[in-house]
Amino acid sequence: MPETAAEISALTLRLEECRRRYPASDPEMVADVVRAVLTTMHGDLTAPETSLLHEIEELGQVIANAKAEIEALRVDDIGSSHIPSATDELDAIVAHTAMATEAILETCETLDGIGEHLDPADAAKLQGATTRIYEACSFQDITGQRITKVVQTLKQIENKVTQIVTAFGVGEGAPRAAGEAGMAAAEVETALLNGPQLPSLAMDQSDIDRLLASFD
Amino acid sequence: MAIDKAMNVLIVDDYKTMLRIIRNLLKQIDFNNVDEATDGAEALSKLRSGNFGLVISDWNMQPMTGLQLLQEVRADARLKAMPFIMVTAESKAENVVAARQAGVSNYIVKPFNAETLKEKIEKVLGHA
Repeated sequence: MPETAAEISALTLRLEECRRRYPASDPEMVADVVRAVLTTMHGDLTAPETSLLHEIEELGQVIANAKAEIEALRVDDIGSSHIPSATDELDAIVAHTAMATEAILETCETLDGIGEHLDPADAAKLQGATTRIYEACSFQDITGQRITKVVQTLKQIENKVTQIVTAFGVGEGAPRAAGEAGMAAAEVETALLNGPQLPSLAMDQSDIDRLLASFD
Repeated sequence: MAIDKAMNVLIVDDYKTMLRIIRNLLKQIDFNNVDEATDGAEALSKLRSGNFGLVISDWNMQPMTGLQLLQEVRADARLKAMPFIMVTAESKAENVVAARQAGVSNYIVKPFNAETLKEKIEKVLGHA
């Protein structure tokens, strides 16, 4: 065991070097640490020291097993293939529904134009119908915002998967700088931008009217 | 108080389909002088150079949000009394409170119907 200040200092330097060389939790790092500790020890090991080394070896095995399981799951595919594919599909949904909505609106505008040449009663009926269509078409805006939220969630999952893969030394991906740090730096208003709420959680127009009236 | 439906109305939304919907709904209630902007900065520029009687704005836009546009309007000596309706999918109480504190005239949550839009416009312009 290290006994002098010089030996303790040398051991500290070795451990720091190990930490610098292996910032992620690679099983080899654990083995290196064990070897570094062993080379500084003199004489017979005590029972607590033997127990400690045994626990470190077991920890190394647990990490190695976890790494093997992650490799077998091919989690790097989630970030490199599955999530980009899913976001592309969602973008396509937004684009296609936008095109369809534009076509519907154009048709409604044509009908409104025809309505100007009808007698007042029929014109009113036609306008009532086109109004309902205009109202219904706002689904496209809400749908687009909901899908954007889903895409953002998928990207957060992708970042977390990349971090896990990197930490266990699986694949070549590097962790991204975004995430909590980015959130912390965001402006206060960003916290207010949550997009459409689920119907069960959202305030409806009458709730908002009551809230606004409470200021008067 | 009679509402001047010949007034210029500025509608602001980064989603062009939504601009088209609101423009058509306004046309159906006889507001035919409608101009558009796709973010707060463009809207502010148009407001400062034009003569508008009402702003109907989305909230979530870049680079300038609807809330920032509202704050700029209320801080502008010439525009501060401009009727301003927020039309947004942001439906949390804190959003309504923040908009009210910034001086919003009324607040409509998406999706909305033509009757709600008409009612809020009449209420806002009736008080203007």
